[in-house]
Amino acid sequence: MAEPLLEIRHLKKYFPIKTGLLGRTTGQVKAVDDISITIQEGETFGLVGESGSGKSTVGRSIVRLTEKTDGEIMFRGTDLHSLQGDELRRLRPKLQMIFQDPYGSLNPRIRVGDAIGEALLDHGLLGKGEIRERVLEVLNSCGLSSYHIDRYPHEFSGGQRQRIGIARALILNPDLMIADEPVSALDVSIQAQIINLFRKLQESQGLTYLFISHDLSVVEHLCSHVGVMYLGGMVETATRDELFLHPLHPYTKALLSAVPMPIPRLKRERIILKGDIPSPANPPSGCKFHTRCPFATSECREQIPNMRNVGSNHYVACHWV
Amino acid sequence: MTLMEPHTARAAESQKSETRYKKPSLWKQALRHLLRNKLAVSGFIVVAFMFLACFIGPLFSPYADNKINMSIMNKPPSWQHWLGTDKLGRDVLTRVLQAGRISLTVGLASMALSVFLGTLLGALAGYYRGIVDQIIMRIADLLLTIPGLPLLFISGALLSEWKVPTDYRMYIVMLMLSLVNWPGLARMIRGQLLSLREQEFMHAAVVLGLRDRRKLLHHLLPNLVPLIIVMATLNIGGAILSESVLSFFGLGVMPPTPTWGNMIDAANNMIDFQQRPWLWIPPGLSIFATVIAINLFGDGLRDVLDPKLKR
Amino acid sequence: MSALLKIEGLSTHFITEEGRIKAVDEVSLRILQGETVCIVGESGCGKSVTAMSVMGLLQGGLGVAIDGRITFQDTDLLSLNKAEIRAIRGHEIAMIFQEPMSSLNPVLTIGEQLIEPMMEHLKLNKKVARERATALIEQVGISRSKQIMNSYPHELSGGMLQRIMIAMAISCGPKLLIADEPTTALDVTIQAQILDMLRQIKEESGMAILLITHDLGVVAEMADYVVVMYAGKIVEEGEVTKLFEDPKHPYTQGLLRSKPVLGQRQEELFSIPGQVPNLLELQPYCYFHDRCEHCMAICRTQEPELGVVGHQQKAACWLYGEVAHHG
Repeated sequence: MAEPLLEIRHLKKYFPIKTGLLGRTTGQVKAVDDISITIQEGETFGLVGESGSGKSTVGRSIVRLTEKTDGEIMFRGTDLHSLQGDELRRLRPKLQMIFQDPYGSLNPRIRVGDAIGEALLDHGLLGKGEIRERVLEVLNSCGLSSYHIDRYPHEFSGGQRQRIGIARALILNPDLMIADEPVSALDVSIQAQIINLFRKLQESQGLTYLFISHDLSVVEHLCSHVGVMYLGGMVETATRDELFLHPLHPYTKALLSAVPMPIPRLKRERIILKGDIPSPANPPSGCKFHTRCPFATSECREQIPNMRNVGSNHYVACHWV
Repeated sequence: MTLMEPHTARAAESQKSETRYKKPSLWKQALRHLLRNKLAVSGFIVVAFMFLACFIGPLFSPYADNKINMSIMNKPPSWQHWLGTDKLGRDVLTRVLQAGRISLTVGLASMALSVFLGTLLGALAGYYRGIVDQIIMRIADLLLTIPGLPLLFISGALLSEWKVPTDYRMYIVMLMLSLVNWPGLARMIRGQLLSLREQEFMHAAVVLGLRDRRKLLHHLLPNLVPLIIVMATLNIGGAILSESVLSFFGLGVMPPTPTWGNMIDAANNMIDFQQRPWLWIPPGLSIFATVIAINLFGDGLRDVLDPKLKR
Repeated sequence: MSALLKIEGLSTHFITEEGRIKAVDEVSLRILQGETVCIVGESGCGKSVTAMSVMGLLQGGLGVAIDGRITFQDTDLLSLNKAEIRAIRGHEIAMIFQEPMSSLNPVLTIGEQLIEPMMEHLKLNKKVARERATALIEQVGISRSKQIMNSYPHELSGGMLQRIMIAMAISCGPKLLIADEPTTALDVTIQAQILDMLRQIKEESGMAILLITHDLGVVAEMADYVVVMYAGKIVEEGEVTKLFEDPKHPYTQGLLRSKPVLGQRQEELFSIPGQVPNLLELQPYCYFHDRCEHCMAICRTQEPELGVVGHQQKAACWLYGEVAHHG
């Protein structure tokens, strides 16, 4: 196989807990605890998890909105966290991000056209005259019209704003697009429009996505590969079909069965997990899932399970699979 | 419980953003809302009137040379002297307008200086954080712990002690007022900047790889402007008031240069206070009307430009 | 069975500087004893405003105009004064919200907040109320009930707080529970727990539920009867299996088709083009016409009325114009 586009090796991100007047560090929140992900060119990797799973921190670490604690993030063979200053700035266009909140992710005082074209100008990638043309082209491919170019963000609805956010990232011709819950703030009918747009852009521009979401049905629809996170750790990764047809980790199974299906009177076996998601500041010992796992044994309480290949690139971190 | 729960409120907002017709810019919208606020509009009218009267009015006065004429001292209002004359026979109306020039200039200039200092230092502290932030904000804290008025009194007394020429005192008073006022402004600007930094659109600017200068000038500053405008407006009123207090006690601008503050000083003896109200009511009323009007206008501005600051 | 709650021609409008917002317009529905009715729709469709109108939470608000009749067990809720509403609210009709954190008082313990409504409505003394509160906490699936009684809201997670809210809601044995997006802020695994618990409580106590949600999956799992709202109006309603298997209104059809479903992957999702109309600019014809794939001439000139289109199913659409008129 060719060199992967992105390879995350043993990424760790611990946030210090500071208390008292002097801000002494009294503990750590292990937001991401030893995660490895490989994404090949053209894939859509879905990162799934509930709140506190650390999935967003992974995305933010890739674009250096968050500094890592340990590990490596290799992008086309370059360690992203070793880059500084201008080197990093010049690489940034290749790694773009779509944010969750369509209301907060656009500067209210900058016209849409300027917001989209600004990065081209700042990086000196195109001349002023050409930028407008390119902005129109991108607006168009994101399903917006040319007359939108001189409007301000407050004139747009949530779905349209998300399109603007996509256009802003797309104009830089990125190699990797990180989408952090891009549709979770949108209504169902608008959500479908945006998901289709992601699809369409991937086909026409050959984009690679890291798609971060809590919504399994959206991930199944859009992604070719899936990783499931729980409390900062990866519990299972596989291709989409493998994962959704043959989920192996008890957490993945529970997660899948918890998704409400729009089919009334559907008889299915439901696994309802006991208890709450533990705090990442004080995660359980051994397998982090043991407090809620229906199959937990003493071994699970003591030993941390490693990711094991169970065939056809299906990896699971569970003692009993 | 608010009128609408967040979900519907947001929806209402999203529905407002229908794109069939062009919506006015944020500034035009703010202006429209401001014009609907009757108190703010009347405040603006009063302030505008005061400025026009003080800066243009004396040009039409036959008494603008302030000649001393003991033969007509302390005359009550009449057709020749609408607001009477003072103890040196000068026309009170002309003096009030000339004093207004000084008071308003001191207010504006000290506001401009303290807004400049406050914005610059607040922005530096908020943007660079770390040690820069620590140094700037500790100085600000220090200045904030000393009550402003006593500080002004002491420095005013020192100025008198050192026999600073009266012509310069006006400028020194401006400088003193700015020094007392910038820490509060710097604090507001810094706070706003810190919260802006954490907005998703600033993260987006980082991911897009924009240069620091662009982030500061194109993304952060335009979002600070409404706050700066509001703070500046409200600050003028405060500055005028402080100047008046200082001058009233003879520690600010000194006679013969008239200011509203040192004109009220005329009321510090019982005879003038009881029997010659035309000496102190006009300057007193001027201070009162101007400061109230500026504050009403500033409150209106705040409501339309920065709803978060309400209450 | 008699109707427990009957809403007839409810209109809740907000009068704003920009104009009149018809958040809920001419909505009628009824809830039978022990029935779960779901109002489903996208943001701004008026589903939450309907619920809040029933609870009397909007009445007397600035710029709020409420019209119509809301009858609860033969009492017209809109004609009651504040004290009378308060006697019903929290006692016979209870409500839970999307954000449990903001519905609880941060400076009072969970226990204090739990016993308060019981002392008020059921006239229990403190000791009995405390015992009941402990039992209620256990009933909603929290094991350390004694300890929870003495904790403050910020010490508990979102899922726990929503359980507490439910405990508080059912404490006085309500006949109707109004749940406004009760699981939207929660994780899927926690949502599954809460929904499961709500179903259980409903079976045991026989209370009716009015569930407000945007999630069609939640509707399918919980509802007996479904009401679909769009831009302040009911566009379709019906018994849950009928409505999901054979939706009549193009909006309902579109909603159901545009939701990705686990195990039913398609190459391209169906999507409804365009967006929700501005509530300030509603015209007297079908609000959905410009997004509808079946739009006809009449849809642009006349407003369709809600008419019977099948067994226990109604829709407001000109596609069924004939039926609607004769039905």
